[in-house]
Amino acid sequence: MTGLLPFETRYRAEKAADIIIRPLDVMTLVYHRRSGITHIVAQPVPEILLAMAGKVMNAAELAAKLAQEYDMDDNADVHAVLSERLEELASLGLVEPVHAP
Amino acid sequence: MRHEFRVRVGPAAFRIGSDWAAPVRQMRDLYADYPIADFTDFTVRLEAVSPLRRFIRPSVAINGDYMLPDAAPLPLDQGLLAAEMGMNLQMALGWRRQLILHASAAERGGKAMIMTGASGSGKSTLSAMLGQAGWRFMGDEFALIDPVTGDAVPYPRMISLKNQAIAAMRSAAPDARFGPLMHDTPKGDIRHMVPPEEAISRMDERAKPALLLFPRFGYAPAVREMGAGEVFMRLTQASTNYVALGEAGFTVLTRFVEQVPARAIDYQSGEEAIALAEQLWAELA
Repeated sequence: MTGLLPFETRYRAEKAADIIIRPLDVMTLVYHRRSGITHIVAQPVPEILLAMAGKVMNAAELAAKLAQEYDMDDNADVHAVLSERLEELASLGLVEPVHAP
Repeated sequence: MRHEFRVRVGPAAFRIGSDWAAPVRQMRDLYADYPIADFTDFTVRLEAVSPLRRFIRPSVAINGDYMLPDAAPLPLDQGLLAAEMGMNLQMALGWRRQLILHASAAERGGKAMIMTGASGSGKSTLSAMLGQAGWRFMGDEFALIDPVTGDAVPYPRMISLKNQAIAAMRSAAPDARFGPLMHDTPKGDIRHMVPPEEAISRMDERAKPALLLFPRFGYAPAVREMGAGEVFMRLTQASTNYVALGEAGFTVLTRFVEQVPARAIDYQSGEEAIALAEQLWAELA
C-alpha cells in the first residue's frame, strides 16, 4: 500500500489500561492483558502503542502524532515504516484494523 | 490404591498411590524426615500398565491429577523414579501459588542463589555441592518465586543425581543417605540423595533472591554478563507456569529480572563452579 491513498487502513489500538509496557535494557516488554501474551518488542513499537492508545489512526496520522512528540529522522521513510509496523501489530492483536463502512 | 504414602515438600503436599509395595517403601525410607501434611495438593498414581503386568515383567504407568498422555511406562525397579517424575509433573503442570523456575537454589544469610539451565547444565549437582559447603540447600529442580514478596520458596525434594554426579556426590557427602542406584533410565544412571537435615528442617524458611546463575558444564571457566532482556527470555523458557499465572507471572518475573543480578558461568569441575559462584556472590549478592 502506498499510504497516500485516501482509503489507507486505519487501526484501533488497545487502551493504555489494557497493556503494560516495561522497558528492559535494549528491548521493551509489552504485556497484553486481554490475551495474556507477553510481547518482546523494540523501538518504535512502544512509542506507537503509547501514541495510539485507545485511538483510531492510519499511518499518516500516526506519523504526524509521533512527529509532535519525538525528533523524527527527516530522511527516513517514516510513513512506510509505520505502515509495516501497524500491519505487524495487527497480526499480534495489539492493534485492530478498522474497516470503513 | 494398595499402597499409599503422603509427604510434604516445601509448600506442596503429595499423596502417592502405588500398585506395588516397593516404590512406596523406598519413598518412606528416603522421605522419613519430611513432614506429612493434613491436606493433599496432588495425587500421583503408580499403576500397572495392565492387571497382569503387576506380576509379569511389571511396568509402571505414571498417572495423577496432571498427566502426559504419551509418557512411557518404566520398569518396576525404577518405580521410585516414576514417583519422582510424577511429583515433578504435578508441580510443573499444576502449581499456581508461585512462579516456577526450572532451577536449583541455595541460601546463605537469608539470601538465595538461583541456578538455572537445561538438563545436564549441572545445576542439580551444583546445589547439592553448595549444600555441603556452608549453604542451605533449597532445591535442585524447581525454584518457586512468590508473586507478592518475590521471595524464593524452598522445594527441597530428593536430589536427583545423574551419571558422573553420583560418584562425585558419594565422595563429597559420604555420610548422606542415598536411594537405590537405577541403571538405564531414560536419563542414564540415576540415584537420589536425601538433602542435608537442615534443608528439610528449614524447608518453610524463604530467602531473598540475590544472584541468578546460568551454569554450563564442560567449557573452560568463564563468566559472561547478561542483558535483562536475554535473562527475561530465558526465564520465561525455564518457567513451566509463567503463561498460566497471567499478569501475576509477568509482574513477578519482570521484578525478578530487574532486581537480581545475573551471570552465565562455564565450568569444567565442581570445584571451579563453586569457586566462580562464591566469587560472584561476594561481588554481586
